[in-house]
Amino acid sequence: MSDHHPDHMHATHTHDGKPIQNDDRPPIKAETLETAVRELLIEKGVISAEEIHRAIEMMDEKGTELGARIVARAWVDDDFKQRLLSEGDAAVREFGVDMRPTELCVIENTDDVHNMVVCTLCSCYPRAILGIPPAWYKRRDYRARAVREPRSILTEFGTSIPEDKQVRVHDSNADLRYLVLPQRPAGTEDWSEEQLAELVSRDSMIGVADIRGPGE
Amino acid sequence: MECKFQPGDAVRVVERNQPGHVRTPQYVRGKEGVIERVVGSFPNPETLAYGQSGLPYKMLYRVNFAQKSLWPDYDGQPDDSLEIEIYEHWLEPA
Repeated sequence: MSDHHPDHMHATHTHDGKPIQNDDRPPIKAETLETAVRELLIEKGVISAEEIHRAIEMMDEKGTELGARIVARAWVDDDFKQRLLSEGDAAVREFGVDMRPTELCVIENTDDVHNMVVCTLCSCYPRAILGIPPAWYKRRDYRARAVREPRSILTEFGTSIPEDKQVRVHDSNADLRYLVLPQRPAGTEDWSEEQLAELVSRDSMIGVADIRGPGE
Repeated sequence: MECKFQPGDAVRVVERNQPGHVRTPQYVRGKEGVIERVVGSFPNPETLAYGQSGLPYKMLYRVNFAQKSLWPDYDGQPDDSLEIEIYEHWLEPA
């Protein structure tokens, strides 16, 4: 909380002088259970509050850079790309990523197929590679609509898929985690791996966007 | 662990109402698709979720469905498809 002015830590009034209302919804059962288990684990010395805080901080800070580096490597190194597609777990281990207990499934966008990922049951996501999923990925409307009207969703994301290109939706409902390998944009033939990684967006790796090349 | 289905096999998702932590969403139950790949064996989430061992492990497959077969009113393109992971005890030959 070091980024907060100390006076704000125990403030009882907002900036415009009104008393602060607690407008949080009451905790759901699972949240109460989580609090109880967490407090017990700390009390019994199994884990410390600091360890929990550090783990949360690490997860919060994880961006999508690792995913972008993996995609860029696949673009410049065909052997790596083949390994990534056939044995995702082993391939990303070269980047220090451990997918266990899940497995990584990398799906490649081509001239004929556009892939996009959703988890209809909850919010399964390749966190080890892409960090925390965006809020929209967890929303009910994305989860419900991505499987039944993917082309409308793509249009809303500003992604136009030609009619003769297949849209393939992947429901991440069980033990695999999905990473879309987007198409390398035209005009980047001379680019270095590092330059390419800069181009790769989070949304392109979820499959709701394409990557624009220079001048596009 | 042996698997009952191979890539390319036509399968139907069992139409079963089962309470609890089930990973087979309603929208694929009773629907016909094709095995895309055999993923491998995993602990059964239906018991694992309740603090049990998840044993015996269940074979997991990726199944491909034509969107048209899932949603009769699907208004995308005829080739559009959906792939999802289904455990073997939720599949029967079609």
